[in-house]
Amino acid sequence: MGAVSSSDLRVLRGSVFALLGPNGAGKTTTVRILATLSRADAGQARVAGFDVDRDRRQVRRHISLTGQFAALDAAQTGEENLRMIGRLAGLPRAAARRRAAELLEQFDLAPAAGRRVGTYSGGMRRRLDLAASLTGRPAVIFLDEPTTGLDPQSRLTTWRAITGLAADGVTVFLTTQYLDEADRLADQIAVLNGGLLVAAGTAAELKRRVAPQRLDLTCPTPTAFDQVRSRLTHRVVHLDTAARTVGVATDGSAAQVRALLDQADPSRDLVASFAVRGATLDDVFFTLTAPAAAPAAAPAQEAAHV
Amino acid sequence: MSDALIMALPTITGRSLRLSLRSPDALLTALLLPVMLMVVFVYLFGGAVAIGTSYVEYVVPGVLLLCAITGASTTAVTVCQDMTGGIIDRFRSLDVPGTVLLAGHVTASLLRNLVSTVLVAAVAVGIGFRPHSDPARLAAATGVLLLFVAAVSWLAAAFGLAVSAPEAANGAMFFLMFLSYASSAFVPVRTMPWWLRGFARHQPATPVTETLRGLLLGQPAGGQVVAALAWSGGILAASVLLSMVLFRRRTA
Repeated sequence: MGAVSSSDLRVLRGSVFALLGPNGAGKTTTVRILATLSRADAGQARVAGFDVDRDRRQVRRHISLTGQFAALDAAQTGEENLRMIGRLAGLPRAAARRRAAELLEQFDLAPAAGRRVGTYSGGMRRRLDLAASLTGRPAVIFLDEPTTGLDPQSRLTTWRAITGLAADGVTVFLTTQYLDEADRLADQIAVLNGGLLVAAGTAAELKRRVAPQRLDLTCPTPTAFDQVRSRLTHRVVHLDTAARTVGVATDGSAAQVRALLDQADPSRDLVASFAVRGATLDDVFFTLTAPAAAPAAAPAQEAAHV
Repeated sequence: MSDALIMALPTITGRSLRLSLRSPDALLTALLLPVMLMVVFVYLFGGAVAIGTSYVEYVVPGVLLLCAITGASTTAVTVCQDMTGGIIDRFRSLDVPGTVLLAGHVTASLLRNLVSTVLVAAVAVGIGFRPHSDPARLAAATGVLLLFVAAVSWLAAAFGLAVSAPEAANGAMFFLMFLSYASSAFVPVRTMPWWLRGFARHQPATPVTETLRGLLLGQPAGGQVVAALAWSGGILAASVLLSMVLFRRRTA
């Protein structure tokens, strides 16, 4: 596809994985490749143990995808949609009917079962879409921005549904632009920006890497800037070449700030001034996905295991 | 593929039928437009058309053909709506083959057309059309018409795959309707300007109309039957192939 250049990801069975990134980061592309709807022009990915390129059919048998646009017929009722999908997933007629009723109940849609989907609210539609994705009892479910555009109440209901899925042993791979969503739902988070994987880990690890404070070191010359940057390497979360500022994560304690200054500038002539700033969760996200951020992980080999 | 086809086709066809029933404006257009056109041709233009026989008798097979074309061409819109909506991703991740999805639409189109043909025929009898036929010939006429409907539906499906918006897909109907106007459906080809006659004689609508006329009015249809079947079969085969290619390109 060219949009996502290299992402080395591995997702554990039965866990929730969040691919976090701004618009245009390549999240949807990644999900479509993993769900066999698009082909990658290089690299490989395995889903539920099957190669997404060579074993498309096997992969499709084990997954389901819920995209940003509800994959439902507006002119059919909620119940008809689910029954149809059950039949297409290979369930016999009676089983498809039972499964539809079960899912409508599970997603609080039973009272609206006989209404056409066209009359549903955005949140109801999203929940029905989720229910539809679960019809064939997939091992892995992909959710592309499951709560984008939802009101806070529907967002909470959707979150509850997703947590419920993972509790049932389904592996959930979701994409989101919201840090709080990833924080709340995901066991593992990967941050994607401009098609590059810029960070990966648990929510706690990511926060530790960049939060709670940022120490900005401003250098007198471009040479000093390069030296400081190379000395601090993996701690760097912010780079501003024009201002010759290197930002590193810190807890803000005097001891750590002193240690960082020593590490960055042992000869005491590379740093002209410094500042400590408080970082919010959104800063973390912004820092990781800002165009200036250096890729923290850009493995040469592309591989994804879900 | 074959067992997936057997499994999915009834479900997909049922869906297409349900969707047609729930789009009342499209359904009304498909059912009423041919009836209205027949009334227009018989009562408004009919008086000015002198062809030696009763114009009702002459025009009913042509209206049946027009009815088939308007009904079948709506397949372009429904296919295009499916391709541009979110539902196609659902079908693909459920591994529903493209041919099954399109075959469902075409089957629904055949059933819709069966209903509208019966309606038009009933109205035709009501305004004085008297077929000179027998059950075998009536069955043959229905078969010829349905094969033509299948061909036009698949052609429309391919059109629906080729365009990017349902509004554009609507254009299929007007292009295809032109075929029936420039044929022997409403006026004999010999009354047309000389430069149009060649086209009118050698396009699918004319032999299909003439075959229907022959079978319904008890006249010999002769070589027109072969031409009608060849045109319909050829269009059907080419459209199925074309739509498979287009579907693959659209979803690659």
